Amino acid sequence: MISLAGRDILHGWGKFVFTGVGLGLLIGVTLTMAGVYRGMVDDGKALLDNSGADLWVVQRDTLGPYAEASSIADDRYRDLLALPGVRAAANVTYLTMQLKRGAREVRAMVVGIAPQGPGTPGWPAHLVAGRHITRSHYEAVADIATGFQLGDRIRIRRQHYTVVGQTRRMVSSSGDPMVFIPLRDAQQAQFLKDNDAIAQQRRRTSENPAFNRPGVPGLLEAAIDAQSSNPSVNAVLVRLDPGARPDEAREAVRRWEHLTAYTRHEMEEILVGKLIATSARQIGMFLAILAVVSAAIVAFIIYTLTLGKIREIAVLKLIGARDRSIAWMILQQALGLGLIGFTVGKVAATFWAPAFPKYVLLVPEDSLRGALAVALICALASLVAIRAALRVDPAEAIGG
Amino acid sequence: MTDSGIIIEGLRKRYGEGDTAVDALRGVNMHVSPGEVIGLIGPSGSGKSTLLKCLGAVTDPTAGRMTLGGEVIYDEGWRIRDLRALRRDKIGFVFQSPYLIPFLDVTDNVALLPMLAGNANAAARGRARELLEALDVAHRDKAMPSQLSGGEQQRVAIARALANHPPVILADEPTAPLDSERALTVIRILNQMARQYHTAIIVVTHDEKIIPTFRRIYHIRDGVTHEEEGEGRELPGTP
Ligand SMILES: Nc1ncnc2c1ncn2[C@@H]1O[C@H](COP(=O)(O)OP(=O)(O)OP(=O)(O)O)[C@@H](O)[C@H]1O
Ligand SMILES: [Mg+2]
Repeated sequence: MISLAGRDILHGWGKFVFTGVGLGLLIGVTLTMAGVYRGMVDDGKALLDNSGADLWVVQRDTLGPYAEASSIADDRYRDLLALPGVRAAANVTYLTMQLKRGAREVRAMVVGIAPQGPGTPGWPAHLVAGRHITRSHYEAVADIATGFQLGDRIRIRRQHYTVVGQTRRMVSSSGDPMVFIPLRDAQQAQFLKDNDAIAQQRRRTSENPAFNRPGVPGLLEAAIDAQSSNPSVNAVLVRLDPGARPDEAREAVRRWEHLTAYTRHEMEEILVGKLIATSARQIGMFLAILAVVSAAIVAFIIYTLTLGKIREIAVLKLIGARDRSIAWMILQQALGLGLIGFTVGKVAATFWAPAFPKYVLLVPEDSLRGALAVALICALASLVAIRAALRVDPAEAIGG
Repeated sequence: MTDSGIIIEGLRKRYGEGDTAVDALRGVNMHVSPGEVIGLIGPSGSGKSTLLKCLGAVTDPTAGRMTLGGEVIYDEGWRIRDLRALRRDKIGFVFQSPYLIPFLDVTDNVALLPMLAGNANAAARGRARELLEALDVAHRDKAMPSQLSGGEQQRVAIARALANHPPVILADEPTAPLDSERALTVIRILNQMARQYHTAIIVVTHDEKIIPTFRRIYHIRDGVTHEEEGEGRELPGTP
């Protein structure tokens, strides 16, 4: 038996390819939307992987440091070092800001890293160019996605930093590239008060008789010094000994005042389950609408093509073709349309994904799911046309 | 040979019920022997199409008896189960327009029927080739229907009607769109095929050009058939 559907498609291939390409672009958009979601999840995981931590210690009652603001004293890391099973603990600050690059601006996450040197939690693990930060001030390591080159000078608040190294795919949970600077500088930048506020505070402190005592020299200076230094960080990144149980360390931290801790697993829950949950639902909504629109298009096209063949279908029935052969012919055409559409969509998505400003991750799993969904949608969409075809009376071929 | 071909006895067909009922056929009696071509003529509304639909096994008669190729199809309200297979194996159709399948080439338009009947593609195409040769269109075997002339299309349609060796061919106004010469050619071919393949052929027609060629004619008026002698005029080019 010959394939009626195949012959029909070949006979009118222009029509098929044309609608297939249109459908394909729509499927390409759908696959890309899924890729955007995967990219967001992957950004979140990259952030966690790159921080090199097993445990995140943050301000109590917050989901810090990525999903919520968190601020803890910058000397608590010493207490953490004393906990059994803790191999390393390092302060870290995160501050997302607009950086100027020539006439352009880039949105970047400035990460303040503790001065213990490479390998410390929070430090970038791999550089693609240049070297790590060696001086305790005014050096920076920038992700290549920021566009900064080695030797460029970045202005962050009032200071300039020289780019000495470059990383790749070091991004925040929202996909902004990272710029690493020394912790002290970052604390200055993050908790910096402007000149006016400092002057005001100095004035108030020196006018306060409690601090400005004639009999106690140096008290005023000490007080002012304490006020203008910035003893806060956003989190302490903790790395455990191999074999140490993260939940035991977490429970130990949670018994302390002012602090709480999250394991890697919990952090992933926070990032994927909470931080990008709304975006995920947003994308899910898009996917649902795109699926419905695709189905409507396939249904409409196949239905129109079938109506154009009513006479042939009547003749086929008259000369003894089975109902199921005719249904199968229409179903095959719908699936053929889906196949063209999916192929075009997959190629289109692969082609345009790198052009997106944020990471679009096309995973084979999603392609497979997409293919199954397209097949299902096409099958469902062909039902209307099949129904119309099965209702055709073979007597119509004989006419009146 | 009255046990094969077409035998119809007291066939009736009523459309609708009660006050609006229409008795389209009110007692049709016919017999067509294998190898015979008869004409079926009648004024508009006389019941020609209705009779053709009953013969073509797409409309059930209300009463009467019908035998095709030696097999009883309808008998006073009873009918055989698989009308689809009956149409496929026992009846060939030729219409006013050829109604070829536009997306199949000439060979496969003819070969489709043997394929639907379960024959292998190669055997079906061999059969198609043989018929296309007999009908003198074998040189267009790879053409699509839209690339054929009206006469060629009609010959391919006749080949398709013959493809499963049916004992019966129903031709509905097969010459209406053709000029006089081509119309007579089609009738000549039908006669030739009827003899060659022992097929009983009924030609429904209004066409004055071809009516004189039938040896026997059934005239239908108000749903009742009357058998008449035809002129049986010689066809040009008949060997
Ligand atoms: N489906 C139907 N329902 C009700 N009445 C019908 C139906 N089909 C045909 N008729 C009636 O049956 C009668 C015979 O119709 P039929 O179509 O068989 O005539 P015909 O001989 O083919 O006419 P024409 O030469 O105009 O095609 C007519 O009165 C017609 O109105
Ligand atoms: Mg009619």
